[in-house]
Amino acid sequence: MSREVQVTFEVNGEPVSRRVEARQHLIDFLRLELGLTGSHTGCEHGVCGACTVRVDGRIVRGCLVLAASLEGAKVETIEGLSDANEIRDLQDAFIARNACQCGYCTPGMLLTAAALLDSKPQPTRAEIREYLAGNYCRCTGYHAIVDAVEATAAARARQPKQD
Amino acid sequence: MKAAPFEYVRATTLAEVFQLWREAGPEARLLAGGQSLMPALAFRLSEPSVLIDISRVADLTGISVENGALRIGALTTHAELGAHALVREHAPLLGEAAPLIAHPAIRNRGTLGGSLAYADPAAELPACCLALGATIVARSATGERRIAADAFFVGLYATALAENELIAAVEFPRRQAGERSTILELARRSGDYAMAGIVARATVAGQSLADPRLVLFGVGEVPVLARAAMAALAGRPADAANIAAAQAALAQELEPPADLNGGADMKRHLAQVLLARAIQRLIGGGEARAQ
Repeated sequence: MSREVQVTFEVNGEPVSRRVEARQHLIDFLRLELGLTGSHTGCEHGVCGACTVRVDGRIVRGCLVLAASLEGAKVETIEGLSDANEIRDLQDAFIARNACQCGYCTPGMLLTAAALLDSKPQPTRAEIREYLAGNYCRCTGYHAIVDAVEATAAARARQPKQD
Repeated sequence: MKAAPFEYVRATTLAEVFQLWREAGPEARLLAGGQSLMPALAFRLSEPSVLIDISRVADLTGISVENGALRIGALTTHAELGAHALVREHAPLLGEAAPLIAHPAIRNRGTLGGSLAYADPAAELPACCLALGATIVARSATGERRIAADAFFVGLYATALAENELIAAVEFPRRQAGERSTILELARRSGDYAMAGIVARATVAGQSLADPRLVLFGVGEVPVLARAAMAALAGRPADAANIAAAQAALAQELEPPADLNGGADMKRHLAQVLLARAIQRLIGGGEARAQ
């Protein structure tokens, strides 16, 4: 038992080993220890979704996960998805539809929308709204975001993603 | 919004959990999915000395049918509940409830055991356990104890668990022929805690409900078994007159505390609306959930 914990896990494919404060959540770890500032600190109690990242392939609230608990895990952030070009089309659609505005919610929106399209490639607008309901946006009124996700799904259906 | 400092330790077996728990003393807390505990830490509503991470204890995982019951390990996530074939077959209510719990990113980590141990009166799974007559399998250093859901939720955020006792699994009776169940809730934002919610379960024969169980959530300090409303429906055709009688009985037996969403009258009204919708859904086909 200790207030500091040595922990090793993978971030965007790179091994990371650090001694962390036990109380530090994953987003503070990513931003303060690794300089990965794409994941945003919003409400810090699991309501807003700005901190959405992937752990072991599934989206999670980064503010509700302790860095110390992630021994051996695989973490992916917006930086990793961007560099891998995994969601280029979704990002382009957000730009085309002006679905970012201030951009604070955008990384979390993109991670969540990507998870939706992975599990359900052709969602209805209602399903898009339902899936994104846990991600707050204070600028767009959501309409442009739903448009962007819908447009991406439609484009992928026309032209299956190349591996 | 930063948690107060605490110590962290990870256990990988139940024996290790109980040993660490004893050593850490009464101010220690268990960390499973963390989806209720982490916000409480961030608000400093909870300031434990030690967090014992039980999320990798294999004995607390798994879904199986044993001795005629569906046994679900405490660490089963809401996402797993919503997707598992055995849950769909034997306790489809839980699969129907899962998408109502918070949001996808939270369902990927939040656990069944964590939800029950936290015992939020507005949460879905405690109400489901009560409606289905589940049994909570509790473990401590000295052995196993089985607690009926009826006796488990004893007060606001309070359960029948003793000191240094945890939830190992929950056992659900398998769905019987003719048995139908459904869950409905009203929330300001999809995924938020419900302003009011209902779980309804009954054996349906034609338009008649045998042995109905109605559990309201978000309207009391614990999930509320609506005995008077149940009595008004039991063995009778679920027609407009009997549903109205059950609604009137429900309004009499609920004493909802006012909260940020509204006062007692509004919550009573929402509960009555939900009751009628739930009964309609039961006699119309049960789990068929409007998307």
